[in-house]
Amino acid sequence: MALIEVSHLEKSYGAIRAVKNVSFSVDRGEVVGFLGPNGAGKSTTMKLLTGYLRPDAGTAVVAGFDVVENPVAAKAHLGYSPEGAPAYGEMTVREFLRFAAELRGLTDPAQRVADTLKLCRLEEVAGQSVDTLSKGYRMRVGFAQAVIHDPAVLILDEPTDGLDPNQKFEVRRILKDMAARKAVIVSTHILEEIAELCTRVIVIAQGEVRCDESKERFLQRGDDLNQVFRKLTA
Amino acid sequence: MTHNPDSPTPRPGAAFWAVLRREFAGYFRTPLAYVFLAVFNAFAISLAFFVGNIYEAGVASLDRFFLYHPWLWAFLAPAAGARLWAEERRQGTIELLLTWPVTVWQAALGKFFAAWLFLGSALLITLPMAFTVCYLGDPDVGVIVSGYVGSFLCAGACLGIAAIASALTRSQVIAFVTGFLACFVLVLVGYGVFDELLSGAFATGTVEEIRRLGLWRNLEPFTLGLIDLRPTAYFLTVAFAGLGLSTLIVERR
Repeated sequence: MALIEVSHLEKSYGAIRAVKNVSFSVDRGEVVGFLGPNGAGKSTTMKLLTGYLRPDAGTAVVAGFDVVENPVAAKAHLGYSPEGAPAYGEMTVREFLRFAAELRGLTDPAQRVADTLKLCRLEEVAGQSVDTLSKGYRMRVGFAQAVIHDPAVLILDEPTDGLDPNQKFEVRRILKDMAARKAVIVSTHILEEIAELCTRVIVIAQGEVRCDESKERFLQRGDDLNQVFRKLTA
Repeated sequence: MTHNPDSPTPRPGAAFWAVLRREFAGYFRTPLAYVFLAVFNAFAISLAFFVGNIYEAGVASLDRFFLYHPWLWAFLAPAAGARLWAEERRQGTIELLLTWPVTVWQAALGKFFAAWLFLGSALLITLPMAFTVCYLGDPDVGVIVSGYVGSFLCAGACLGIAAIASALTRSQVIAFVTGFLACFVLVLVGYGVFDELLSGAFATGTVEEIRRLGLWRNLEPFTLGLIDLRPTAYFLTVAFAGLGLSTLIVERR
């Protein structure tokens, strides 16, 4: 069974159908790139998948647990960094990660925090409050809380948004290192990210899945990815 | 293979305590806590002395000190409670908290009790007042203890209202103002001026029933040394109804 199983998800905000009959599944070892214009339903799909929002219809199953019927078990197997990587600004990076580890009931939280700081190269800012960090560090803090429990499923909403090329490279490097053991979904605007990071592409527009295929097939659609993107999302 | 050994389902208590500790410590991460504690003490003591004339009264008792606590809590409980959910919404951390393996109820309980304990710590700092009265005279210690219990329960009731206000908005300022106004009404109910207004409109029995809904009417027995079931139930009902309603509001997001 796949680590992520989404079937016939529906979500409306008032009269607007943000997510329409979305279905897909993700296996261990896959890194799925979520592509789509702003407001296409990428973030909403992620919020449904992580149990933050309740679907109007359909189901989302994470590591065998339905996120609506068994939310705590599903969330224990899930790492999620929402758009903009929110964090408790007044806490230091170490305190924040420690809180995440304790809330998740991890054994030996201090060791987990130390390992995660190292993995995400956050050691030098560990004692700084999150509010004082640059955007690059903030995004990495958001990433760090999502991987502190080494989850089977990792969902990242625009993890490289606003980063400089070096920082983007760094985030991709960490992601690639752990991807083989996980099912990963990454949303992005950056088409080049697909080639560098993903094994599979799902294009979402107007709340619908417009295309779901391997990276190789997607790249064969044309030399100019921008044009491919425009055609698929029109 | 669907289970990851590194992602245990946490014990329900773990999340509650983690939230409670973080929230309680959170008050002291900003200067707000110290300002709050100073303001509470300054007002609690100066109201008792300058408005309540506790010294001139010449009686070794704290009833004139507790007399003003509904006013203090009406103002300060919303100040401390404003951040409960509004701050989570503003920072966007609510989306983290609610996608971590914790139920909304565990998170809400942790937050609420942290805030209540914080208000309790403000109350504890006024204990020298009680010691002074004990030193200068021979007060009934039981009455002082019941006064403190009543004041703490009254703080919880105001906090319950503040929690609802905080769950409804992402602005701490709006949460504070609406919470304060709601508490303010509960303080006014039971005060002389307000009673006269009511007497003009309702029968005497009705006015008495309405007065029982006010904070002061329920705190009064505690300041006389009585820990009665009815006022205790009143404060706890308001506190937990507020907690429950605010949690439902957050759950419906």
